[in-house]
Amino acid sequence: MPDNSRDAILTSIRSAIKGSQHSYDSQHPPIDRSYQRAGSLDRQKCLDLFAERLREYDADVVFTDSANIQNALSKIVGVDPSPAIVPWVVAEGLPSSWLPSSDSLLWESKATVDDLNQCSGVVTTCTAGIALTGTIVMQHGPGEGKRQTSLLPDRHLCIVQSSQVVETVPQAFSILAPAATRPLTFISGPSATADIEMTRIRGVHGPRYLHVIIVTT
Amino acid sequence: MRISLFITCYNDLLFPETGKSIVRLLERLGHTVEFPLEQTCCGQMHYNTGYQDEALPLMERFVQIFRDSEAVCIPSSSCVAMIRDHYPKMAASTGDQVLIRAVHELLPRVFEFSELLVNKLGLEDVGAYYPHRVTYHASCHSLRGLHLGDIPLRLLRKVRGLDLVELANIDRCCGFGGTFAVKNSDVSAAMLAEKMRDVENTGAEVCAAVDNSCLMHIQGGLHRQRTGIRTVHLAEILASTEEAVSA
Amino acid sequence: MTIRVGESASAPSFQKAALPLLDDSQLRKNVRHATEVIQRKRAIVSEEIPDWQALRSAASQIKQRTLLRLDEYLLQFEAACTAAGGHVHWASDAEEANRIITNLVRRQNANEVLKIKTMTSDETGLNHALEQAGIRPYETDLAELIVQLGKDRPSHIVVPALHKNRSQVREIFREQMNLPDLGDSPQDLTDAARRYLRERFLRVKTAIGGANFLIAETGGVCIVESEGNGRMCLTMPDTLILLAGIEKVIPTFQDLEVFLQLLPRSATGERMNPYNSIWTGVHPGDGPQNFHIVLLDNGRSPILADDEARQTLQCIRCGACLNTCPVYRQTGGHAYGSTYAGPIGAILTPQLQNLQHSQSLPYASSLCGACYEVCPVKINIPEVLIHLRGRVTREQQSSLKPEAVGMKVVASVFRNRRRLETAHRLAQIGQRPFVSRGWISKLPGELSAWTSVRDIRAIPGQSFRQWWKETHRDAR
Repeated sequence: MPDNSRDAILTSIRSAIKGSQHSYDSQHPPIDRSYQRAGSLDRQKCLDLFAERLREYDADVVFTDSANIQNALSKIVGVDPSPAIVPWVVAEGLPSSWLPSSDSLLWESKATVDDLNQCSGVVTTCTAGIALTGTIVMQHGPGEGKRQTSLLPDRHLCIVQSSQVVETVPQAFSILAPAATRPLTFISGPSATADIEMTRIRGVHGPRYLHVIIVTT
Repeated sequence: MRISLFITCYNDLLFPETGKSIVRLLERLGHTVEFPLEQTCCGQMHYNTGYQDEALPLMERFVQIFRDSEAVCIPSSSCVAMIRDHYPKMAASTGDQVLIRAVHELLPRVFEFSELLVNKLGLEDVGAYYPHRVTYHASCHSLRGLHLGDIPLRLLRKVRGLDLVELANIDRCCGFGGTFAVKNSDVSAAMLAEKMRDVENTGAEVCAAVDNSCLMHIQGGLHRQRTGIRTVHLAEILASTEEAVSA
Repeated sequence: MTIRVGESASAPSFQKAALPLLDDSQLRKNVRHATEVIQRKRAIVSEEIPDWQALRSAASQIKQRTLLRLDEYLLQFEAACTAAGGHVHWASDAEEANRIITNLVRRQNANEVLKIKTMTSDETGLNHALEQAGIRPYETDLAELIVQLGKDRPSHIVVPALHKNRSQVREIFREQMNLPDLGDSPQDLTDAARRYLRERFLRVKTAIGGANFLIAETGGVCIVESEGNGRMCLTMPDTLILLAGIEKVIPTFQDLEVFLQLLPRSATGERMNPYNSIWTGVHPGDGPQNFHIVLLDNGRSPILADDEARQTLQCIRCGACLNTCPVYRQTGGHAYGSTYAGPIGAILTPQLQNLQHSQSLPYASSLCGACYEVCPVKINIPEVLIHLRGRVTREQQSSLKPEAVGMKVVASVFRNRRRLETAHRLAQIGQRPFVSRGWISKLPGELSAWTSVRDIRAIPGQSFRQWWKETHRDAR
């Protein structure tokens, strides 16, 4: 199907850049990417920074080791066990050995949109953590849930393996490169706004509470 | 050193004391000052207001007059910024290779007044005496155009008798902006009001700067309000000595 | 072609529009407060990382290169996005973009749509076009919701309602959401917005948004936000339609590692904003299965031809130049009469319209350079302002404006030493009627604008050169 505007725009762009392209290329070297790529902190400092930066966004952060995930998770999931509402939802693919032996959990595949909207919270894993910015990156694969799963609930509990935590944003992009065409969500704290008098308010449309369990090995 | 003074058009007519102070100071420091009488204007007002064609001959004129100078001293950071930021581009637009080269060769010898003292002559203490409470206004061009940093403050700190008080929001424009002050005089006045409040809050008797253009604006407001605060170019403070004050 | 940039074609000049705003003490207080808070945060998080300047340089270079290959990158984006199940449309101007989007919404038989904050849709006047077609748009960004419910105009590209304080917002919400007992704490107001919109997020099946970055390599889109309204719109509806300027494209996925560091720190002073979403076309079983993107020119492509002004299109809409601008600080955004306010608006708005409107905007700056210093992609805004002033004066040259005549006369004086010396003497004598005790408090003509609020010291009896000639007898 011929698209006149498409041709018109492309023609207009080409005639506009015609004269400048060559002279620019000959005068300018390739893009200088001398910004910081590699990290400079040791493992523990990197994890501590990750936790500190997350806490600055009002996230609740705990450390545990791989043997005690179930315990750490139970403490949070048990926070608000009001029987009147839908229990916690668990993202499909999350290891069931991490979960408390309670039947009050709902697997994502069984949860309706209304369930997600009314549940106490959701448990997921993630793909990467970025220490410098306090960011969790999800590619919504197994254990991470679909995009809406970590969006609608009031609480999001994310389990991060310490090996997933990198220091810099470019390091995270190296990890993500193979997943570049997957849906990706970068989460840095609970949803927030400062639209009214620049006062930061936690919890607008996304989860109001973000819990992070960092699993050390 | 043989130093050529480019006084700038507005200092020549409106602020001759600044020029006289520079001559006195540089001669006191043992330098020779030249003032080529053919000089007029760097072209900044025309260039920045959108009359770039009119600025071109003024650029050529400047280059012609100062091309053989050992060092050019200019007591106006916005004029220096005009020369540094725009002359190379203007010269390039003419395609005149001789002119392009002349500009290129001249630029390293062009100095803003305080820059000349500190960076070129290596001085901070010029033996000045100025027994007043002074605050320093950093003009936008000195700060973000020439990146003078604390150069003027270093000179002021070495002045005997001078009580230097810091100006709040020192990086904020006073609202002059050349023809901006006339074209957008109401917004300019609002900006000036904030600047005057900051100046008054210092309790200083004198507000100094390296640009008489900002000072003309600030002083215009301070005088209209009858605040009794004076504005003075840095050169006039540095030229002042104990003998001169007691004389 | 109808290039439209918000309401700028009918907006009064900046000088005129500024007057009532300067008298609005509440607005000025709100603007001062908001811009100071963001500036302070921005300064902290941009200074804490050692490679800030290296990131700025890289970003600037990426953008410059992209703009000079824009046709190739757009085609690459189109191919990749289409291969991933997206539909790419091209719109030459605002009207065409609105028509494409309205038709897409109609095809869904929808009479209401969710909207993610997109300044580009304000540029094209999309909401109005939708309403004309009987479609109700719901703004979901808190600030945009405030603007929409208050029948107001955005005054900032990142924080569109920054000119309103909490009690003003409460009044709007009380009336429009029918909540007579609503409190005025930001928490109360935010909760009200959450409740107001949650039901709509779950019900409305079509969403319209913008884009922060289009990734040519993958056909992906990146949207940067804070509240989660973006994520709601990107995942809950069946149909998602984006409107994006053609300059939003970047070459590679990896380039985001630069921009996602610069944008949040510059825009809101955060190390990272709460949510960034990146997705590519349609993801089966997750999110909208019907995805469209409209690439908008609307006056952008001709700007590419201008070597000095092309950098305008590097903008990533962080708003840092607005927050630092001493002019914006006094007036807020409405004085600019455009979707795009502040320094970037002063260069972008007139250029999009080929300088046919908004000719006062390039003069709405004292050229203080603060904008250039904070710009994360190094747009030399003062340089472009000066360049545009040149274009404005050349266009007005024939009109024999008094200013143009005056400038020419002064220039001719400066071209000749004798004329200058004569002019000095004339000025020294001519000022006499205006001088009182060494000061001038009233000047005629255009210069009266100066003396409306400022005095000026009388011209001294002796100019510097007169003194020099007197004291240096050997003077040439």
